[in-house]
Formats: sequence, structure tokens, C-alpha cells
Amino acid sequence: MLTNVLQYLERTVLRVPDKLSYASEEMGLTFQELSQQARSVGTRLYRDGIYKKPVVVFMAKGPKTPAAFFGAIYAGNAYVPLDEEMPRHRMELIFETLQPAAIICDESTRAIAEEFDYHGKIYTYEEICEEPEDAAALSLVRAKQLDTDPVYIMFTSGSTGVPKGVVACHRSVIDYIEHLTEIMRFNEGTVFGSQTPLYFDASMKEVYPTIQCGATTYFIPKQLFMFPVKLVEFLNRYRINTICWVVSALTMVSAFRAFEKVKPEFLHTIGFGGEVFPIKQYQIWRAALPHARFVNLYGPTEITGVCTYYEVDREFSLEETLPIGFAFPNTEIILLDENDREPPLGEQGEICVRGTGVTLGYYCNPEKTSEVFVQNPLNKCYPEIIYRTGDLAKYNARGELVFVSRKDFQVKHMGHRIELGEIEAIVDKLDTVRRACCVFDGVKKKIALYYEGDISALELTAYLKEKFPRYMVPSQVKQLDALPLSLNGKIDRKLLKQWYEENKI
Amino acid sequence: MEALLNILQELHPEVDFAAADHLIDDKILDSFDIVTLVAEIDAEYDVAIPAEELLPENFNSAKALYALIEKLQDE
Repeated sequence: MLTNVLQYLERTVLRVPDKLSYASEEMGLTFQELSQQARSVGTRLYRDGIYKKPVVVFMAKGPKTPAAFFGAIYAGNAYVPLDEEMPRHRMELIFETLQPAAIICDESTRAIAEEFDYHGKIYTYEEICEEPEDAAALSLVRAKQLDTDPVYIMFTSGSTGVPKGVVACHRSVIDYIEHLTEIMRFNEGTVFGSQTPLYFDASMKEVYPTIQCGATTYFIPKQLFMFPVKLVEFLNRYRINTICWVVSALTMVSAFRAFEKVKPEFLHTIGFGGEVFPIKQYQIWRAALPHARFVNLYGPTEITGVCTYYEVDREFSLEETLPIGFAFPNTEIILLDENDREPPLGEQGEICVRGTGVTLGYYCNPEKTSEVFVQNPLNKCYPEIIYRTGDLAKYNARGELVFVSRKDFQVKHMGHRIELGEIEAIVDKLDTVRRACCVFDGVKKKIALYYEGDISALELTAYLKEKFPRYMVPSQVKQLDALPLSLNGKIDRKLLKQWYEENKI
Repeated sequence: MEALLNILQELHPEVDFAAADHLIDDKILDSFDIVTLVAEIDAEYDVAIPAEELLPENFNSAKALYALIEKLQDE
């Protein structure tokens, strides 16, 4: 029985040592090289006493980044992927929660890492990836590692202004990857084209099946997602046959009509998620690739990637919504109404998830953890934790689950999960702002921020850019004389949204 | 040209678009901006930028982008 994600790598390296594992346009690693470098990194961390700690991996997205992840696990740690483009302020918030024991950076990120308010060890990957491995030490670590130990901590937006770190264990990752590979039919011939950043749990759809199946992953340069024809040419050049992208990346290609110019020649499997795939865009993809499989993959970070899937198996009209489908194997979806009871069939309820995929909770945050990782209210007999997603859904007449909306102020933007409250919390910290409130336009896919205060919209935008990654910066920032208030003195979000929709503001 | 500069300015108030000429190479514009730009240019100039013209060199400066708009208007 598998109890450690590294066993995937160890089995695959025996079978196909010389095959390409992860690659970019510039370089690639064979499974042999990947394994050697991961073991070297693990040896070094362990020798320096970095054990059972969070290890931040702060590297440009490339073939060596997963090798650093696996190195951290070899030494018995959990890795924490951070993005090179993440603003410093956000990183420092994460560091406060995390108190990491070490940072692994690369030559391109070292200078930024040295500026952090952080006093632990900073390693440069290139310096530690060729240490002679200490096989005995690595076996010692492994003997004490359990499948309930953390593999990684991934940070997601938090409504109070502080990102939350989701901790997932080996057992959850293995359970996810085994079923994902089966459903998607990944195998040794799979060539992935990776789109999502590695700090985002969606990237696990390529990272782990690659070592599990002996497949190959090409990391696609981010820039290509602005230039769809070049993007499709990239897919063809590297014979990419499988992609798991966020919907906004897929629609960029179809909406710009790239397929009229060039078609993907090898692509046969398309997984998509992060948002609802508009039928019109889906149909353009389907027309370009009539024989490909299209699979909707739904799930929040807190349940390790994906908890429902739907392979598109029929025609859809423009008014319909693609279902999120059926529960993953070894996972149960329970819908609960506001009284924590199951609603009658066909009526909406909150998606709650039961199973091995439910993660361990938020790192150093028992309060937020206990709000959403809760005892199954349908089970009064023994401890059983379920995760409350905050997503509302219902079953259609075919018994497929269909997403309806969010329960709160979380939105999906460019495939990213954003708590509008996080943006507002940071804006509220400014002395020059009296009140602020965000409106999300789900159709145009933009965030608008309205505020009362003595700061100009230009200055406020500049401030937001310092504090947030690009996808969280509102595309419209506007000063108002007064925000609408409800009777109890709170900002009237509904009225503000109505003003927005009626073009009054 | 002025309308185009206004569109760009609204996306990135802090950038001097009259002078900047490495908008893509310096990672000032991202995919989100490109999507917005194409829609706004269509609305302002009634020009649909075809997929084959979505190239880094056409978006590296306001000047290059304006040249593309003019070229497409002539066609």
C-alpha cells in the first residue's frame, strides 16, 4: 500500500529512468535526475536539522521546482510553494503565520528572498541539488513518516485580510491522484501542458500524475497565455496531448478565435475548472477538437484538489450550465440546508465533503479551521470531520450536481479564489479611507472597489498593487461621496451592486 | 492615439504609456489586460484584432498598438 507520495517517484525512476519528467523550453529533468536532485536536497535539509517543518519553495516555475518540493518531503517536511510574483506584503503575512524553517530559492529569486523580514536559512537550489545523498538518513526519515503527515501547505485568500494555509497529508494526495488518473486516463504516454502556477493546488493535476505514471509535463511560459496562436503552436511543438487549465485560460484561446488560424494536433484530453465554462466558449473548443474528452473538475483546495467531476457527454444549449457532475470515488458529497439537514431532492444546499480528501485544516489557525472543518451534523455517533465549501448546488433531473452560487462574498476571478473581504480589510487599514466595499461583476469578470475617503483613486490603486497579486487588484477603483448604508449602519452591499448594475456609479 | 492612451492609463495609472516600449517584456501587461484591451479597442475604434495579430511585438508599446489599429482600419 502506498503511504508516501515519494513512492510514486521511486517506482517510476526504476521503470523509466531516462524519460523526461518536467521540462520547460530551456531545460528538462529525466526521472533519474529528478530523483537524484530531490534526494540531494532532502539530504542537505535533514543534515541541517530541518525536519517536520514548513519549507518555503520560492522559485521561478520550472522543472527544478517540483524537485525542490520532493526534496523537502524527503527530509520529512511540508513544502510551501510561493510565487515569485507575489507582492512582498502578502509574503510577509504568510511568513508570520508560517514561521518557516528554511527557504529554497533559485538564482533568479535569491535577491528578493534576502530582503524578507526573515532570519532562517535561505538555500539556493543550484547549490544544494548536487550534494552526495545520504541514503541511510533518508531511510531513517521515511521509517518515521506516516501517511497522515503533511505534504504541503498552500495558501488561499482569507476574508480577514490574512491568507489561510491549507495543510494536506500524503493519504489525501494519494487518494486524489489515484482517482484523478483513473478518471482522466493518464498514462506513460501523457504529455501535459501546465498552465496553473505551482502555488495553486490545481497544478497538482500535472505534478503528481507525472511521477505516478512516468508522464511528461511541459511548463508553458505564462506570457503565451496572452498570445493564443503562439500558445497553440507551443502545444503542437511539444506534442502536448493533455491539459488541465482554468476556464479563463481556455476561453482566452477560443474567444480570440485562435482555432481559425491553428488547431491543436495532439490534444485529446482537456480538464477544466476554477470557474463555470461558458457554453459558447466550450462549443468553440468542441468544434475544434470533436474527438477530445472534456472533463469538468470541481473542488476547493481544502479537499485536496477535486471532489466532483463531469465528462461532457451530450450537447448543451447556450442557456444551460455544464454540471459539476458526480462525486469522486471514495468521496461523498452531502448537501446541507441552513438547518444542517439534507434538502429535498432538486433543492439547493451547501456542498459538504466527506472522505480521505478532506485536508487537515488551516495551519496555525484553529479558529478558522473549526468554522469549516466540522463534525458531520448527520452523524451523532462518532467523530467525523466534513468540509463545508460555502458553495451552493443542487441536483438536476439527471442526478448530476449543478453549481448555483456562493453563500458568502468569495468570488472566482481568473481561476483564483478571492475573498472580497480580504481586499476590503486591507483598504480599511488606511487612515485616509473611511469605508470601502467591493462589487464583483460575474459577467464582465471584474472587481470594482468603491470607497469614501481622502485618497485619490490613483494613489489607492498604486497601494493595492503593492499589497496584492494582480488578479486581486480591482480593475475599477472609484471614490464616492457616500457608500449606501443599511439600517444597522453596515454597508448595503446589495444596493451598491444594484447601483453598479444600473450604471449609477 | 489619445483614446488608446486613456484606455491603457485606466488599466495601469502608474505607467507612462507615451514612453514605455517594453510593456510585454517588462511584464507590465498581463493576459487580463490583453483581454480588456482587445474588447475596449473594438468598442472605441470598431476594430477586431484577429488572433494572428495578437503578438508580443504589437503590444510592447502604445505606438505599436496604435499602428496595428491603423493598419486594421485600412484593411
